[in-house]
Amino acid sequence: MTPPLLALDGVSKSFGAVAALREVRLELTVGEIHGLVGENGAGKSTLVKVLAGAHPPDEGTLTLDGEPLVLNGPADARGAGIAVIYQEPTLFPDLSVAENIFVGRQPLRGLRRVDRPAMRSRATALFARLGVHLDPDRPARGLSIADQQLVEIAKALSFDARILVMDEPTAALSGVEVERLFAVTRSVRDSGAAVLFISHRFDEIFALCQRITVLRDGRWVSTDPVAALTVDQLVRRMVGREVSSLYPKQDAAVREPRLEVRGLTRAGVFTDVTFTVHSGEIVALAGLVGAGRSEVVRAVFGVDRYDRGEVVVAGARLPRNSTAEAIRAGLALVPEDRRQQGLVMELSVERNATLPRRWSLSRFGFLTGASERRSARTWAERLRVRTARLSDPVWMLSGGNQQKVVLAKWLSTEPRVLIVDEPTRGIDVGTKAEVHRLLSQLAADGVAVLMISSELPEVLGMADRVLVMHEGRLVADIPRDRAGEESVMLAATGQGGPR
Amino acid sequence: MTTLDTVAARPTRQSRGTRLVNRVFLVRELGILIGLALLVTGTAVANPRFLTAQSVKDLLLGSTILAILAVGQAVVVITRNVDLSVGSVLGLSAFAAGTLFLRWPDLPIPVAFGAGVALGTVCGAVNGALIAAARVPALVVTLGTLYVFRGIDYVWASGRRVNAADMPGGFLRLGTATVWGVPVLTLFAVVVLLVAGYALRSYRSGRDLYAIGSDPAAARLSGIRVGRRVFAAFVVSGALAGLAGVLYAARFGTLDANAGVGAELNVVAAVVVGGVAIFGGSGSVYGAALGAVLLTTIGSALPVLGINPFWQRAAVGVLILAAIGLDRALAVRVGRSLRQRSAHG
Repeated sequence: MTPPLLALDGVSKSFGAVAALREVRLELTVGEIHGLVGENGAGKSTLVKVLAGAHPPDEGTLTLDGEPLVLNGPADARGAGIAVIYQEPTLFPDLSVAENIFVGRQPLRGLRRVDRPAMRSRATALFARLGVHLDPDRPARGLSIADQQLVEIAKALSFDARILVMDEPTAALSGVEVERLFAVTRSVRDSGAAVLFISHRFDEIFALCQRITVLRDGRWVSTDPVAALTVDQLVRRMVGREVSSLYPKQDAAVREPRLEVRGLTRAGVFTDVTFTVHSGEIVALAGLVGAGRSEVVRAVFGVDRYDRGEVVVAGARLPRNSTAEAIRAGLALVPEDRRQQGLVMELSVERNATLPRRWSLSRFGFLTGASERRSARTWAERLRVRTARLSDPVWMLSGGNQQKVVLAKWLSTEPRVLIVDEPTRGIDVGTKAEVHRLLSQLAADGVAVLMISSELPEVLGMADRVLVMHEGRLVADIPRDRAGEESVMLAATGQGGPR
Repeated sequence: MTTLDTVAARPTRQSRGTRLVNRVFLVRELGILIGLALLVTGTAVANPRFLTAQSVKDLLLGSTILAILAVGQAVVVITRNVDLSVGSVLGLSAFAAGTLFLRWPDLPIPVAFGAGVALGTVCGAVNGALIAAARVPALVVTLGTLYVFRGIDYVWASGRRVNAADMPGGFLRLGTATVWGVPVLTLFAVVVLLVAGYALRSYRSGRDLYAIGSDPAAARLSGIRVGRRVFAAFVVSGALAGLAGVLYAARFGTLDANAGVGAELNVVAAVVVGGVAIFGGSGSVYGAALGAVLLTTIGSALPVLGINPFWQRAAVGVLILAAIGLDRALAVRVGRSLRQRSAHG
């Protein structure tokens, strides 16, 4: 085996009393894509931050090409040729795509002025090399997440990064976008770079990587060639126990219709969407990213306007555009972007968990801390939220635990219709199984569940019925026994599924 | 790595994205220009005396100090900060210039300018250091220094005032002199504006300011020294407020500790009306300067039109709301069209 390009040895990092990394080792070699897996809270993100220079390690050594490497800031990491592509890229929305690539390193002409034509042509050249078409002059605002990642990759190439760290880059991408990202990643690897690829999706890890390193509870568990591993082994190493079943949907008696959506239309966004969700049923809303799924449920919940159609909950028509009425009617929406739409990051866990019920918990208009805490504790325990104190601000929690707080927040309202948008996006297998078990339990208790998911195994495993959207229209309604990867994908790509 | 010379050599055409962005930029600054033109024409039609050489000169003089402050403020606002202390810095610098001439009547004029700018620079450095080092929001820090600087001014003046008679004639003539009909003071503002505009557009440090305002966290991750740049922005704003103070002394001659009280709100208004996003990242110093001219013109047009000057404040308020509304509408439209293009692209 060739000597490693980058090696970490005995790297430890603590935040206060919490040890995030304990004597972790990792070796990246030239021309490999190295998978890094682990549950949320296993230390993956901390490892990424160490490599990005954002968190200097407390102990341990980094070596690059056999030379010791010290990273005290993002600039050091960049100087060492390490580039990090985050799950949600951090671009400057107001600057042009080309400026985003070259920010702080713009090509210069006389008198140290920024050379815009050179910047533009170099950006165009980078995109050509990646085989993608992006306009270097447009502002980054409004780019899809997939395109934003491509800009980040172009940025990495622009300073000849030899080590590319990709932190869950596919979490928000559709199938086509994932394929394009893979092609780009492979071409980066083939040009002599090492790639560290982090993902929760095993099919991607196995399709893309040559070696896989597993972290658990901040410790290194194993590093093996892909050929020597199976998914079962990997999962066992990640959780350190057997995961009983990922998709434990129990058959529940399907009863009366709970949520009826009829002819819902919003010009240019979705058209004539009609479906029913019965109590005791989990209905999945599948489709490619951008098909209008989130927009439909936002309209149903009263966040967005709709032009025509009606929403009926348990026989009563909901007034449009009123979230308060929707909550009163027993609807709950767990949004896709928990950071921006689901949680107030600065508030404590208990405050967040009780936010929608602040009126029912208050006495004479005042919230009493005791009732808030009591209720929050009940739900935190039911969902197994891992936090030191319920008074900790939510941003201190890991992604999976944040998701549990969002769920706790809405479940505590005892909804009759629960709408979840990408409930397991970016969370680890252990938490995922818990979320699935919970949804299944809720359905068994008679709640009508509408679940948006881009993960086909989840859709097929959990749903009693699969609704498929394509370009703003509902194109298929497939019962559980006839739903398969093929039928759903065909409908989602507009190839006409069974209606 | 692969070679790409052939691709790199390919000339890039002006794409739809650029045109769109340029158009928005144009719409924003053109909008103010058109508003200004309408106001001036309307007022001139109603009362032709509004456009005499003298009143145009007064208008330019009146805009000058506000425009210089607005340029400094725009530099700060672009980084998603705000400098509320500019009025107090102006007052301090004006009084310092007056006092210097009182003590040494033969002082060369450039020394007075140097002293005013240096004093402003120190004030800006105090603001910048507090914000960058203590990581306290600029709004709070500069609200504090607004009172501190003004307090120093009051203690220093202790009720005294500097009269025009105490200042050298050469200095006061500077306040009224013209070159080809354009007041000399206005030329200062034009130079400041062009230098600042060019630096913001064509230098890395200027582009960094936009990046910081657009997303401070991402700027830090990109290796931009955010603290240092924000510090520099406050120093620039302070220095320009210092310069404005000396110009104020030259223009008005009579000074007490109240020079420039409340100016900060006019400055922020000019910047916002001029299309600099209050959350940073976009806008230009040209827009801010145009905003200053527009606000000043409204101030002098209303009395000419026979409208109760009390309405002036309300008019400024409506203008701010309209500017923000316009920005919002433009942002929504641009966002939508960009999204559609990425969906189809």
